[in-house]
Amino acid sequence: MRKFSSDKVPRKKLLSLHIDVDRFLPATSEQKEQQVTMLPSTTFFKDGMRKLFKKPLAVFAIVVLSLMVLTIIIAPRIVPYGYSEIIKVEGKRDRGLKNLPPFTYSEMEQEAIDNGADIFPHIFGTDELGRDYFIRVVYGTRVSLTVGLFASIIVLVIGLLYGSIAGYFGGMVDLIMMRIVDIIYSLPDTLMVILLSVVLDKVIGESLHGTAFASIGTNMISLFVVFALLYWVGMARLVRGQILSIKNNEFVLAARAMGASNWRIIRKHILPNCMSVIIISTALQIPSAIFTESFLSFIGLGVQAPMPSLGSLANFARGGMQSYPYKLLIPAIAICLIVLSFNLLGDGLRDAFDPKLRR
Amino acid sequence: MLKYALKRILLAMVSVFVIMAIAFFSMNAIPGGPFAKEKAPEPAVQAVLEKRFNLDKPVMEQFFLYISNIFQGDFGISLKTGREISTTIFESFSISAKLGGYSILIALIMGLILGSTAALTRNKWPDQLIVFFTTLSVGMPSFVLGTLLLLVFSLILKVVPAWSIENQNYVLPIIALSLYPTAHITRLTKSSLLDVFGQDYIRTARAKGVPRIKVIVKHALRNALIPVITYIGPLTAYSLTGSMVIETIFTIGGLGTKFVTGITNQDYPMIMGTTIFLAILMVIMTLISDLLYRAVDPRISFD
Repeated sequence: MRKFSSDKVPRKKLLSLHIDVDRFLPATSEQKEQQVTMLPSTTFFKDGMRKLFKKPLAVFAIVVLSLMVLTIIIAPRIVPYGYSEIIKVEGKRDRGLKNLPPFTYSEMEQEAIDNGADIFPHIFGTDELGRDYFIRVVYGTRVSLTVGLFASIIVLVIGLLYGSIAGYFGGMVDLIMMRIVDIIYSLPDTLMVILLSVVLDKVIGESLHGTAFASIGTNMISLFVVFALLYWVGMARLVRGQILSIKNNEFVLAARAMGASNWRIIRKHILPNCMSVIIISTALQIPSAIFTESFLSFIGLGVQAPMPSLGSLANFARGGMQSYPYKLLIPAIAICLIVLSFNLLGDGLRDAFDPKLRR
Repeated sequence: MLKYALKRILLAMVSVFVIMAIAFFSMNAIPGGPFAKEKAPEPAVQAVLEKRFNLDKPVMEQFFLYISNIFQGDFGISLKTGREISTTIFESFSISAKLGGYSILIALIMGLILGSTAALTRNKWPDQLIVFFTTLSVGMPSFVLGTLLLLVFSLILKVVPAWSIENQNYVLPIIALSLYPTAHITRLTKSSLLDVFGQDYIRTARAKGVPRIKVIVKHALRNALIPVITYIGPLTAYSLTGSMVIETIFTIGGLGTKFVTGITNQDYPMIMGTTIFLAILMVIMTLISDLLYRAVDPRISFD
């Protein structure tokens, strides 16, 4: 690189717009010090994360959710019982093992322990068939979280594709696509979910036999299909609206005027601007999916029978509600904690990332 | 306005048609006819039954017959009980309507009171208390709340008797059903009131010396109510579907219970009929709240 010093720059000619170098002074060290950056420059993402971690409620939500995820990963490896396994004592069926209160052993188990056997404690007791309740709650939480996560991903992918196609192409394509969205949007979603779950359970169930999907359970699959069919419309509307409003902004025009390519405009200007809104709405989609799943399980349309879900656990516990209230309380509290945490996390994300709320 | 109303009514009609089509064709896709039981009837009996229920006709003709029957108030016959579904619906709907109507009313009143209190005492203790309450109740599914209420107040404390035909006590079911919408309306009212308080015309009214209470009631609240109107449609949908669970929990024999038992019994005409009935109701309520919204707010353009 060439170095310019003041005498090498050609002198300013009369009436020319050239800078007159003589009128400039070199900066003193004091002035240079003022140029020192106070804060290192941050990216949008880093700044948002910093704000997010300053909110006590959002941090609480993150801690609760990470604890839950850790539990559902670790617990099945430590607890020696399966979620559908009817516990046997030294290979023998034990009738005293039903409906045990938390942290107690049946008589046969006590005998075995006295004889020196090592039996893992029943943290939440056992259920009416003699299955370990703790591991059932753990698997139920796992099902709820998985459903919430996958359903939101499905909604995100379909909504993002559909919405961005409609928003980007505009015109006739947009008109027709959005009419379809309008119609689906005006359908009462919970009713349609129930109806489709009833049907898909029967229709898919037959054709799934023997495939890899059979192990997931038809109800779970039909739940995902229902989400893929109905719940994406909200996301599609959101994405389309975002893209439409950003597409016509001055900074996109400026970028285009400066010769930026379409790809660069999408990547650098449109996507980062709608990403925050999309992420927030995905985070808020998760609790609503979990809500729907537990609602369906509660009325008997959720996951397949031996596989527990928090909703179906709560439903079964209603029968012995007076004698074993903790069996109802445990899954109920788990659902509430999950939904509450995701709601708080979503609110926190919105406060931290929504550009319209920034000042 | 007229053009907008026509457009909305058209959309509502299309969605009712789509709902019927989805309900009909999805039920049709279920393998095995309604009479395919373990003990199959004689072929002659089967033929008579099929003729009676129009099952011998092509699917499209069945569909249009079904639709025209619905518009004449005929929803078919329940496979389980053998009764007309329409009579079942109209008998049990009065209970559900009572439950839903009361909880909508209570949610609206409580939500407006709590929401305006929160907005007026912003960042003071009443507001913080209300925010805490709304955050908690938004995260609690109605079936969890319903069972907990039943457990605590009816079974442990025995303060409120459980529901029975002779002793129709709607207190607990209404609380369980109205808590979530109350929280939602509270949030809605609060944010829209805070929004309105920042407007110029409020400052003008204050500067002209209008009493504070008059500013709040006449100038602010009136405009803040507009977003709440849009929530009436979803609110109806929520209380209708929510009452399925709540009625099951409290063993109230309303439409929701009939729907859920229909699902457990695999009584497809019952599921279909109830779904269509509820869906039409929801679409109509959404249409009304949308039209009201446009009619009330002069700032919204009608294109």
